[in-house]
Amino acid sequence: MSGTLRTVIVRLSQAIPVILGVVVVSFVLTRALPGDPAVYFAGMAADENSIAETRTALGLDKPMAQQFLVYAGDVLAGDLGQSLSTGQPVLQDLMTRLPASLELTLTALVLSCLIAIPLGILAATRPGSVADHLCRVLVTAGVSLPTFFTGVVLIYVFYYLLGVAPSPVGRLDFIYIEPDRITGFYLIDAALVGDWETWGAAAKQLILPAITLSLFTLAPLARMTRAAMLSALSSDYIRTARAAGLTESKVLYAYAFRNALLPVVTTLGMVFSFTLGANVLVEKVFAWPGIGSYAVEALVVSDYAAVQGFVLAMALLFVALNLIIDLTYTLIDPRIGFETR
Amino acid sequence: MTDLSSPSPRLNQDGALAHVAYVLRSNPVTLLAFCMFAVLLVMALFGPYLVPHDPLVSNAAQALQPPSLVHWFGTDNLGRDVFSRVVVAARLDLAISVAAVALSFAIGSVLGSIAGYWGGWLDTVLNRVFDTIMAFPLFVLAMGIVAALGNTVENIVYATAVINIPFYARLVRAEVNIRRNAGFAQAAKLAGNSDLRVLAFHIFPNALPPMMVQVSLNLGWAILNAAGLSFIGLGVRPPTAEWGIMVAEGANFIVSGEWWLAIFPGLSLMFAVFTFNLLGDGLRDIVDPRQRS
Amino acid sequence: MSLLSIEDLKVTFATRRGDVEAVRGISLEVTKGEVLGIVGESGSGKSVTSYALMRLLESNGRISGGDLTYGGVDLRVVPESTMRDLRGREISMIFQNPRAALNPIRKVGHQIEDVLRRHARATRFTAKREAIRAMEAVKIRDAEARYHAYPFELSGGMCQRIVIAIALACDPKLLIADEPTTGLDITTQKAVMDLIADLIRERGMSAMVITHDLGLAAQYCDRIAVMKDGVIVEEGLPEKLFSDPSHPYTRKLVDATPRADASIRSLLPPEQRTPEPSLTEVTAPLLQVRNLVKTYQGKSGPVHAVKGISFDVGKGESVGLVGESGCGKSTTSSILVRLDDATSGEILFNGDDLAKTSARTFARDPRRASIQMVFQDATDSFNPRHTAGQSIAEPLKRLTGLTGDQLSLRVEELAELVGLPLPLLNRFPHQLSGGQKARVGIARAIGVNPDFLILDEPTAALDVSIQAIVLNLLVDLRQKLGISYLFVSHDLHVVRLLCDRVIVMKNGEIVEEGPADQVMSAPSHPYTRTLLSAAPHPPALTVSVPSAAE
Repeated sequence: MSGTLRTVIVRLSQAIPVILGVVVVSFVLTRALPGDPAVYFAGMAADENSIAETRTALGLDKPMAQQFLVYAGDVLAGDLGQSLSTGQPVLQDLMTRLPASLELTLTALVLSCLIAIPLGILAATRPGSVADHLCRVLVTAGVSLPTFFTGVVLIYVFYYLLGVAPSPVGRLDFIYIEPDRITGFYLIDAALVGDWETWGAAAKQLILPAITLSLFTLAPLARMTRAAMLSALSSDYIRTARAAGLTESKVLYAYAFRNALLPVVTTLGMVFSFTLGANVLVEKVFAWPGIGSYAVEALVVSDYAAVQGFVLAMALLFVALNLIIDLTYTLIDPRIGFETR
Repeated sequence: MTDLSSPSPRLNQDGALAHVAYVLRSNPVTLLAFCMFAVLLVMALFGPYLVPHDPLVSNAAQALQPPSLVHWFGTDNLGRDVFSRVVVAARLDLAISVAAVALSFAIGSVLGSIAGYWGGWLDTVLNRVFDTIMAFPLFVLAMGIVAALGNTVENIVYATAVINIPFYARLVRAEVNIRRNAGFAQAAKLAGNSDLRVLAFHIFPNALPPMMVQVSLNLGWAILNAAGLSFIGLGVRPPTAEWGIMVAEGANFIVSGEWWLAIFPGLSLMFAVFTFNLLGDGLRDIVDPRQRS
Repeated sequence: MSLLSIEDLKVTFATRRGDVEAVRGISLEVTKGEVLGIVGESGSGKSVTSYALMRLLESNGRISGGDLTYGGVDLRVVPESTMRDLRGREISMIFQNPRAALNPIRKVGHQIEDVLRRHARATRFTAKREAIRAMEAVKIRDAEARYHAYPFELSGGMCQRIVIAIALACDPKLLIADEPTTGLDITTQKAVMDLIADLIRERGMSAMVITHDLGLAAQYCDRIAVMKDGVIVEEGLPEKLFSDPSHPYTRKLVDATPRADASIRSLLPPEQRTPEPSLTEVTAPLLQVRNLVKTYQGKSGPVHAVKGISFDVGKGESVGLVGESGCGKSTTSSILVRLDDATSGEILFNGDDLAKTSARTFARDPRRASIQMVFQDATDSFNPRHTAGQSIAEPLKRLTGLTGDQLSLRVEELAELVGLPLPLLNRFPHQLSGGQKARVGIARAIGVNPDFLILDEPTAALDVSIQAIVLNLLVDLRQKLGISYLFVSHDLHVVRLLCDRVIVMKNGEIVEEGPADQVMSAPSHPYTRTLLSAAPHPPALTVSVPSAAE
């Protein structure tokens, strides 16, 4: 067990240089703005004086190394600058909107895992069956779907043609009052206060964007599950297990699936990356008030502090998710920690 | 390296052709993918000369017409012919993705080969850099780069290239690394090849098959990426015809039922990505010499 | 009474070139307490037979004819659920490549428990105790601690013991061993085979041992069936097969199996035997290795791969370098062929110290052509994108500057020299057989007229009949071209056939060195004696191996 603990600590410490790298990249992006960053950060209506003020305020007159230290210090203190369009600190804006994005992303991920993994297993265990063909079609078609386009099609079909989906604007139809903020997740907050009507309405709003997003992530997951199961099932230890007369369910789950899980968990990291990126597009399509649409709105008005704050926040979120994946991996695979990586 | 020593090189050529023919025959889907690719190429190369209407000329009197014999895909809110715009857009979308993938292929190959063959501090540094790039959700990083460098089509190409480099570099690194001490690499050294020659003429060509597959899959992904960026208003600006931006503009009309504005460019986008994905799977069978028999 | 009877068994595989019959009607019986050996070279259908018997064929394979009866039960028709009850409890199987045969992420103790509980030999509460008992039964010391180990923490021999423990946990009546020792070191090989033999005898089980090694089968089996191309060509007692083989194929196998009393030509079928080669007169040393040391940084401290060895190879001499995996023989050979640098020491080649030139720059050294190597893994040592002809031409182009027609002529000349049919020059490596690849590898190495050739287990992956041919080819080439050989191998019998002198290595040191016949007949070091006694002893008319270990 102490070996596992050590591996966990080592893995946690490995995240530090990555986070440092993320901060460096985000700093470089901020400073690489075309022209004079001070002009951008001072805003549209700035005159000579306010630009000069901004320059001093941002420390742009100091050497690069010092600027970076100041920037890193600010990031550490949670200061991502002020948003031009909302007038609020960027961090505060992001925190307000983050739950909306997370609720959407996590729902989509759970949904696609629930479909993709069983589908992949079925396809691998019954080659040539309906499940196998379905899996193949989904895999090839799924990776070809532009998320924003899927969203538009779903809106057309379910909102315009069938009329079963609510108007694709935001997290809650305006006739409902949003639940008191506890976690910021509407589904959880509404459930906590027992307001099931609101819960239902929120779920209805959530379902189309969540499906859109999960259709996109389904493909890589199902593909990897199928491939990993196939390779696990054709390995020598499965033959040993079968030759020992173990039951098919034991062979499939305790032997094949546990081994197949390793590559699937690795793929999850890539899938997270896709999901967080696609999230931006889906939020725009469904006018979802998350951090993605916040960034898109900021982009339109050249609100760079907000955009870079968003990029940094997403990166940190992703690093955290990857960390969780790696730690899970450590728990499943005993070989990690022995191979010095 | 193929110019020598085979008393009858024609025989090999026939073998290779026969192999391609065999793969295409046994896998009609690959054949279909090649046909689809040909359609895309024709659209990209000759699109502007083939289309019935000028893709940029607006005509308020003809706005929002549903598909008809005159306007196959209907007209948009400014009365422009959607079909012409969809066909013409192929060139821009393909150009962006091909340029981006070519850039990342070239840079990634060189960096990955060096890191995989010699290892050492360069390998460590590159690994850290790639780790950092991959630590961003890639689409978000592309957004950040385009926002920082400026809102132009070239910058979309650069951003797409940057986020793809780690994939190529890592793939090449792994492929080179497993072959670094392979018997044939050692044999090549015994034959008097320097390290650089062994890497360039013996190891790297063997890493190409998986690379070609990656290129094909990546082209589809690069198109998606570029279209996504323009969908949120980065890079391509109106009135330029581009699939992503057309879907974005059309999306405003979907709730009122004018579906053709968004659906046709969206379908073309899907068609292109689908083609490259199918092609990628098909190429795997063709380029791998071990599958020849 | 027969425990298992196979009647006219046929197994067919559906491939993309249509159906292929891998087993074409074989009949066999295994009686109670009997050990039956099935011997054949690769592709003979011997393993397929055992999988068919267990009904564990791959999904594209099926039993297309015949009967399989085990203890009165028709194995072809019983439902899969009954079959699962039989597997592990009545019929068990052990496999080659033991490490891969175990679930990599499950503790070995739990893997044994799975079987015990499946066949109701243990409950949740007694499982651990029973599993440890099963481990002790296969002579695993400190079983309690090993119970918690994962396969990657155990050696290959230990993994094979676990596989045996799983197979024997529920006291089956029939054990099928599919190449149980392939890939293990020769001393481990003997320990594993002895263990299997003891367990079979103790428990009164029957067994089927499937192997490519006629010598091994002869030593451990009561009866042997020889398979070729999906049919049994001969069946009989081991002594009978060796002394009086009735089928020409058995004759060929018996001849080709290296024995203590065999000579190099006697490996070949009688009609192909040419006069035995004469011993080489060594006049002057070609290569003098002095205090060669190789130390590299491992994961847990420095690894001393080679600990200061010295030896000579004379002009035209053939020296064997023998040892088990990890003894430093491969490191030594890759340093001598200048693919790797030594930590210290001298490599005097015609008096010049080659160690002074780094491995990195040696590729462009004028002496590059004079030291060449034939690689072990024939598949891995060819560029998959080059034809055989291109592979042979590569060193010629780089080191001799031949071009155009001259180059083609030289390639063809070399192909003829090693007996490679010219049309094969246009083939890619994966289109060639193991023996053909070995010939291409030899042609490539001798093309640039080296003075010194290192042969790194060039026949390890080959079937014995092919090995016999390749070994003879090597002997002929040496006589014709006067090249010095360093023959690296784990097999003393093979080395003896080819070498004038033998060097035995263990843990990075030379433990014994001397003329081949002397080392074989009167080994002075205990390790050499262990190696000799561990090698299978096929019955021979005149056994001249002293077995000090017995």
